[in-house]
Amino acid sequence: MNEKLPARAAGSGAPNWFQRNKKTLALLSMVTPGAIWLLLLRYLPIGGIILAFKNYKIFPRNPTFWSNLQHSKWVGLKNFEFLFKTDQALVAIRNTLLYNIVFIILGCIIPVAFAIMMNEFTKKFVAKAYQTMMFFPYFLSWVVVSYFLNAFIDAQYGMIPAAQAAAGKEVISWYTNTKPWPAIIIIANLWKNVGYSTVLYLAAITGIDANQYEAAAIDGATKWQQIRYVTLPHLRTMISILLILNVGKIFAADFGLFYNVPMQNGALFSVTQVIDTYIYRVFITTGNISQSSAAGLLQNVIGFVCIMLANAVVKRIDSESSLF
Amino acid sequence: MTKNHRLNSISAGTEAVFHVVIGLFSICCIIPFVFVIIISLSAESSIREIGYSFIPRAWSFNTYTYAIQRLPQIWRSYFNSILITVVGTFLSTLICALYSYALFRPDFKYRGFFNFLSFFTMIFGGGLVPTYVICTQILGLKENYAALIVPLLVSPFNIIIMRTFFKSSVPLDLIEAATIDGSGEYSTFFRVVLPVAKPGLATIALLNSLAYWNDWYLSLLYIRQNKILQPLQALLMELQNNVEYLNRMSASLGASAIQEATRAPTQTLRMVLVVLIVVPIACAYPFFQRYIVAGLTIGSVKG
Repeated sequence: MNEKLPARAAGSGAPNWFQRNKKTLALLSMVTPGAIWLLLLRYLPIGGIILAFKNYKIFPRNPTFWSNLQHSKWVGLKNFEFLFKTDQALVAIRNTLLYNIVFIILGCIIPVAFAIMMNEFTKKFVAKAYQTMMFFPYFLSWVVVSYFLNAFIDAQYGMIPAAQAAAGKEVISWYTNTKPWPAIIIIANLWKNVGYSTVLYLAAITGIDANQYEAAAIDGATKWQQIRYVTLPHLRTMISILLILNVGKIFAADFGLFYNVPMQNGALFSVTQVIDTYIYRVFITTGNISQSSAAGLLQNVIGFVCIMLANAVVKRIDSESSLF
Repeated sequence: MTKNHRLNSISAGTEAVFHVVIGLFSICCIIPFVFVIIISLSAESSIREIGYSFIPRAWSFNTYTYAIQRLPQIWRSYFNSILITVVGTFLSTLICALYSYALFRPDFKYRGFFNFLSFFTMIFGGGLVPTYVICTQILGLKENYAALIVPLLVSPFNIIIMRTFFKSSVPLDLIEAATIDGSGEYSTFFRVVLPVAKPGLATIALLNSLAYWNDWYLSLLYIRQNKILQPLQALLMELQNNVEYLNRMSASLGASAIQEATRAPTQTLRMVLVVLIVVPIACAYPFFQRYIVAGLTIGSVKG
């Protein structure tokens, strides 16, 4: 283990424990800040999962966290019951799954198609300019995006309602009408993320040896055949890994997208509520720490199982590319 | 059979179609930002008459002057955003570089353990509410700047990217040579390794600064009373359903906005805030784009 980097030969005589372990201690001290953070902000909350099995209440006599936790009763799985009593949780789960399925399919096909198209451009600086433009939305927050959208559909001044009013047509009230929202959510998500994925796929395509295309062309392969038999096989591993990892995350939603883009409108919850926003809203409106912890725990456990399964599948396809 | 003029390239017609598809999408990606800039510069009268339009009837700088002169909360929030971004980026980049450097060293005894420690948090966590309870009740992360900085300090994803950068750019012989020359671990790290890994460091720093600049989630959770600490993004989010919010906030800061509030161009004001947030990103974007592309390509290749 330690042969690669020999310990300093400076201090002669019998080295004490500190001198012998100097390197390990130094490296340990380097991971310490990060490790402490991980323990406090990631592992301690994992311990906090016990909240899901207690009826956490604040005891006025000594309202510190530990005292509350000790005095709160164990209730087993009772905190999970509320999830199945109303159809709200079910709607959130349905929305999360349906949106994620659409995101996974379109979020794969469109960027791959775009990357293949952009790779064919003869003027490389034009391709570069497109890339710069379409990558831009990736760096914006969902709050900002919500206003970009608002500029077009604001009930009072938005461009589309204003145009409809000017043309004497019936004005759609976008923020109260659930109908257009599935499409809006999908478009917003694609708008923000397609550029990013395209750039990644494009980088992978540019890495393919040009000789392979030339050889294929000399053998009489059409452009379409070259894409089919050279480009796509090269992208196959990357596509399948990203696909499967996304399937692994199918129970997790992008909180920002679903919370901000509809501008928190309650009228739209039936089509914009997802598991993540549901948990947040249960927590904020009821203040029930135990029930919302239970909902989160259920989501994380299912998510964990999905990721493990997805990873096992990746491993079978290509053991080099698995996540772990 | 058509004959191509250029060797093995698509026909000019097909390329034109591709240009239209990709070009249209690319333009769609930046047009909303241009639109918001135009709205922020439109005169109120024009907005009242024809709504938000790419060609307003009249232009005006009024909303900007109003925002700058009458609404101290905007300044305060701008300051908060900058403070959080600068401090957060510095700390998170340093912690990430140190952690991933130790993981990159093949002779580090506990490498496997610390690798797992960071990696496991990517696939399982306590969830929103337990994390919230621990942060507010035990760690004191509420209603203060720390609550806006600490929760984003470590990102396992960035640790993977940085470790990959070290692997691909720092030869182990270099570290060995420095050790033989009598350099201590820390001086090797700061004087020998970091200068070589500069592009990786830049990528991580940029990802971190974007995460801090764009953050509204932490304010949503941890800043519920002491709203003066809100960064711009959080301020903008409050305005989604409460257009008068900014005027009230500024009045509480002692501004003479109370009477102004009724006359305040609240709708355009929100667009001014959007511009204030996006302009720094848009200005820096051409320079940092290639670092981010490099970093994300590396990160996506191997987890």
